[in-house]
Amino acid sequence: MSTTIPTAESRLERRQLAQQALWKRVLKRPEAGALGGVILVFIFFFIMAPPFRSASAFTTVLYQSATLGIPAVAVALLMIGGEFDLSAGVAATTSSLAASMFATRVAGNMWAGVVFALLLSLSIGWLNGYLLVRTKLYSFLITLSTFLMLQGLNIAITKLVTGNVATEDISGMPGYDSAKAVFASGLNFGRGTFSIAILYWIIFAALGTWVLLRTKVGNWIFAAGGQGDSARAVGIPVNKVKIGVFMLVGFSVWFLGMHMLFQYNTVQSGAGVGNELLYIASAVVGGCLLTGGYGSAAGSALGAFMFGMTTEGVIYADWDPDWFMFFVGAMLLLGTIVNTWVRARATSG
Amino acid sequence: MSGHPEALRAENIVKRFGQVTALEGVSISMRQGEILGILGDNGAGKSTLMKIITGFQPPTSGRLIIGGQEVALRSVDHARELGIECVYQDLALVGGLSIYHNLFLNREITYKGPFRLLNNEAMRQAAIERLGEIGVNIPSVDLEVERLSGGQRQAIAVARAVGGASRILLLDEPLAAMGAREAGAIIDLILRLKQRGDLAIAMIMHNYAQTLDIADRIILMQRGRITYEKESAATSVQELMDIVRREYRAMRAA
Ligand SMILES: Nc1ncnc2c1ncn2[C@@H]1O[C@H](COP(=O)(O)OP(=O)(O)OP(=O)(O)O)[C@@H](O)[C@H]1O
Ligand SMILES: [Mg+2]
Repeated sequence: MSTTIPTAESRLERRQLAQQALWKRVLKRPEAGALGGVILVFIFFFIMAPPFRSASAFTTVLYQSATLGIPAVAVALLMIGGEFDLSAGVAATTSSLAASMFATRVAGNMWAGVVFALLLSLSIGWLNGYLLVRTKLYSFLITLSTFLMLQGLNIAITKLVTGNVATEDISGMPGYDSAKAVFASGLNFGRGTFSIAILYWIIFAALGTWVLLRTKVGNWIFAAGGQGDSARAVGIPVNKVKIGVFMLVGFSVWFLGMHMLFQYNTVQSGAGVGNELLYIASAVVGGCLLTGGYGSAAGSALGAFMFGMTTEGVIYADWDPDWFMFFVGAMLLLGTIVNTWVRARATSG
Repeated sequence: MSGHPEALRAENIVKRFGQVTALEGVSISMRQGEILGILGDNGAGKSTLMKIITGFQPPTSGRLIIGGQEVALRSVDHARELGIECVYQDLALVGGLSIYHNLFLNREITYKGPFRLLNNEAMRQAAIERLGEIGVNIPSVDLEVERLSGGQRQAIAVARAVGGASRILLLDEPLAAMGAREAGAIIDLILRLKQRGDLAIAMIMHNYAQTLDIADRIILMQRGRITYEKESAATSVQELMDIVRREYRAMRAA
């Protein structure tokens, strides 16, 4: 058999060959398509919408992107783990409502509300995951159910507690100032200010990427989503991984929920519906496959950036805001087609 | 052979899947430095028996004695900690991950430190070495497994199991997709592992001649039971064929 062992030289040669095509390796990254998309969308609105070119408009764009991007990064990890979460949009509102009402009606301090909301959001994530592994139903069905239930609960409980469809203003509450400083302050940068949410968006994307590519758990998420049975057969705790990524989405919508609460001080109980689809769209444009086992956290953050630019771009271009959804749909379609095409090209040889 | 210490004994293993009884009281023994060949019809329960020994599924009833101690395997991880590794019939690879990540799946090499970051370079080097050892021809260990041929994938699964097995190595049709040259290399590897003396090896196979060649002892499984067991040297392909044919005739007559 010794005749078949490749020599050190031939192995080295092969590896060098494999390394030569740098552009191919870049294109092979799942986020390559989203990066191209970001550049194209930017150029498009730069030309079409003159106000888009100012620095202050750009911070608004970044802010929009951040509010999509924070949950979208977590949703990307969930999708790489092979699952969906349709409840993420309303769950962010659930978190804001819970924090607000618990603080004002029960505890009397905003931080107590923040902690209560965190526990609640993690529990909702846990419940989604637990139902998934226990019933073995599709996560699409389970989270569709929790989505509808949360949507109902958000409005019903808010009405019950406040007698209104929105919560009361929290700006006078103890702990408000410090909590606002953490979740929704404005940072000075040069001559302008930008929201701290933008910073968190970048941190989320970086942490997500780091976990996926550099840690054991990241490897397990890819394995559990790609081939769950194989992952189980080598002893990976697939169920724990799945529950874990659902809880991560819970954490991310809590974070967004806290930002929204301290940004606007009052919460509309009907808000959030539809955002879950934007998170999923961001993840998909960013390279995630619906089948799981493939995707990128940074790509999803870039996908959110594309949609953030579109939301604001449509406004700056002075078009009817209804065009936004059309553009989201068109970009999703185009992005998916381009991703598939690039992937096929980059992997063929 | 009976002089070798026993690595594993399974006693009266029963496994039911709802209405289906896959194993109806199977007892086997595996010894250090010995290769056990498991033959049998499709659906006889061979893979099921193996998955019980790897901790992938619990038996409905029965006992496992590993290294002299009765053990209730809690999980695949538990079995792997005890030095039991396996090549599953469906290989249990993850197509989207690289070859080297598959080789170290759930046994990742990490840096020291609080975050236990993946040491990809160490895994890559170790993968190149291991695959070199079994003489498999692969352009780069960075390739995703989904881009390999069936035989190459099988070689990856074998390399993974061989790398971690310190006590028991189970192979479920490890040569099924192999070319003649590659099968030869794998057989060589398995015989060398046997020479090491501390490892008990079981191979599920379908080729009688090949099995008699490699295995020290063979068992024949039919419909959830062991119907025949002998030292390889004391039986022949002819005898095995006769048993299976007789069984088949009896079944048709019934
Ligand atoms: N997870 C399962 N659920 C239900 N039935 C199962 C399951 N696994 C195995 N079986 C049944 O148990 C029996 C034995 O299957 P097993 O895979 O052990 O056979 P085998 O001897 O390995 O066959 P082959 O040579 O075809 O691989 C079959 O009747 C099969 O249908
Ligand atoms: Mg089988």
